[in-house]
Amino acid sequence: MRSNKLGWILLAPTLLILFFFGVLPFVYVVFVSFHQWNPFAASPEMIFNGADNFRRIVFDSAFLNSLGVTVAFVLFAVISEVIIGYMLAQAFMREFPGKAFFRTIHTLPLIMAPIIVGSVWKLMTTPSIGIIPHYLDKWFGISMNIGTSAPAAFFTIVVMDIWHWTPLVTLTLIAALVSLPRDPFEQAQIDGANKRQIFWHITLPMIAPALIATVFIRLMDALRTVDEVWMLTGGGPGSSTRFLGVHIFKEVFPKTNYGYGSTISVIVLYLTIVVCWLLYVSMLAPRNNRKG
Amino acid sequence: MKKRNPILTTLFWILISLLTLFPIYWLFVISVKPAVQLFSTPDLILNNPYWGNYTEVLGNRLVRSYMINSLIISSGNALLCTVLGFFTCYALSRFDFKGKESIFFWTITNRMAPPAVFLLPLFLLMTQVYRIGEFTLLDTRIGMILVYCTFNLPFAIWTLRPTIDGIPKELDEAAYVDGASPWKVISEIVFPLCRPGLAVTLILTWVFAWNEYLLAATLTNFDARTLTTGLSEYVTTTGTEWGIMATISVFTLIPALIVFGLVQKHIVAGLTFGAVKG
Repeated sequence: MRSNKLGWILLAPTLLILFFFGVLPFVYVVFVSFHQWNPFAASPEMIFNGADNFRRIVFDSAFLNSLGVTVAFVLFAVISEVIIGYMLAQAFMREFPGKAFFRTIHTLPLIMAPIIVGSVWKLMTTPSIGIIPHYLDKWFGISMNIGTSAPAAFFTIVVMDIWHWTPLVTLTLIAALVSLPRDPFEQAQIDGANKRQIFWHITLPMIAPALIATVFIRLMDALRTVDEVWMLTGGGPGSSTRFLGVHIFKEVFPKTNYGYGSTISVIVLYLTIVVCWLLYVSMLAPRNNRKG
Repeated sequence: MKKRNPILTTLFWILISLLTLFPIYWLFVISVKPAVQLFSTPDLILNNPYWGNYTEVLGNRLVRSYMINSLIISSGNALLCTVLGFFTCYALSRFDFKGKESIFFWTITNRMAPPAVFLLPLFLLMTQVYRIGEFTLLDTRIGMILVYCTFNLPFAIWTLRPTIDGIPKELDEAAYVDGASPWKVISEIVFPLCRPGLAVTLILTWVFAWNEYLLAATLTNFDARTLTTGLSEYVTTTGTEWGIMATISVFTLIPALIVFGLVQKHIVAGLTFGAVKG
């Protein structure tokens, strides 16, 4: 006979690995965040300092700036991706020659490593070798330098993210649109509804769950964007593209201020959880309303 | 619905495809240009490809060792995650535990946390706590294989669960009645039926591990450096070797492109973590 013992034996390696590399780091970072600890400073010991680190982070302008930059990036990128992705998904709903082929090409950026995407866009936008600044200058007389201009660097990253992740939105929304029933649309057309009315009153409510799930996934990923930005701008010029992940990477390791670094990590994790929770609740809310 | 002009539709999609493909094409263009030509007028069309960057990259011992590290780490990690994911899903599917759905959900949450948050604690744990004498997990291939489990193992469990749940329990029961051992049931009945799902999981976890940068950049120094971290080393404040950087990027991109051809259909499900059925 089979016993649960065998089940636990099969589960054990997974649980152990995830415990040591997923849970323990989390517990440890919370523990360290209440300490003052810089192994290479005058006093290398770990000293408990209560909530001092947390008090400090609230007034840390570098951290707050990075938080603001991240929020701005997430808003610009995710909203554009959802709008462009929805329009492309609608365009894919029609039949046209070579549809499968074009859809395959459209999917291509998804599998690329973020660091390679960063490198590709660096080669496209770096002044003097990049093709984009060259033609912007030649045709429109606009000079674009991501190394010195903060808006140029910021919006290059937004465009890069749109290039990289819009296909994901398109594909998930195609899946949602394909599964919609045809009847309500035909009925609405018979009743003389115009395109905008059909969109707001029929399409949007019906694809809302898939749309929210897509936004949720994109938000979580956009919040932790590091690799591409690190490659493209390194957080610069100045601190104009220093997203939270980049901030941790740049601030904590060179300064070896492990206590305060842990506090930053804990706060970032906390904010991520809050955002996810809010989205989760908003995902459940429409369903509950329908029931009631 | 209005009829659209088919030529305009096709032109529209060609334009969109060019926007998608051009950056990748440009990467290739830069990789086959000698350094002296880089700063002249950008040419859109490729003439006289120069393969010097490729021979230089392939001849570079450091880059070769990065490639080998990347290969070992991503293959080891993909195998480990697929096998453990298979065992986990089998256990969750066939045995009765208290709170097994909580176990399932808990494994998934491990992937949701932003990796940047775990850089510092993992670095500290791997240098200070997880050690046997002088041996630490920092900058070792086995260390990286284990660390990558934090995002790939939940993914494997998530994608394999429906596959294994879909195999009728009666098949197992019949084999047990015939006196087969549990190991025999797993290896000779369940495993062959799961092969397609296992293959997709193996391939996608392999790509995720191959593409990873942030954790590798923090948790390796020299011995276990991967190709993606090697790439960023060519971007320095004193001057970037653009051709070499582009060439390494091409090398990093190739496996992803091959995989893309193999499992194109499953990519959406993989990237969205199954939240939206693709």
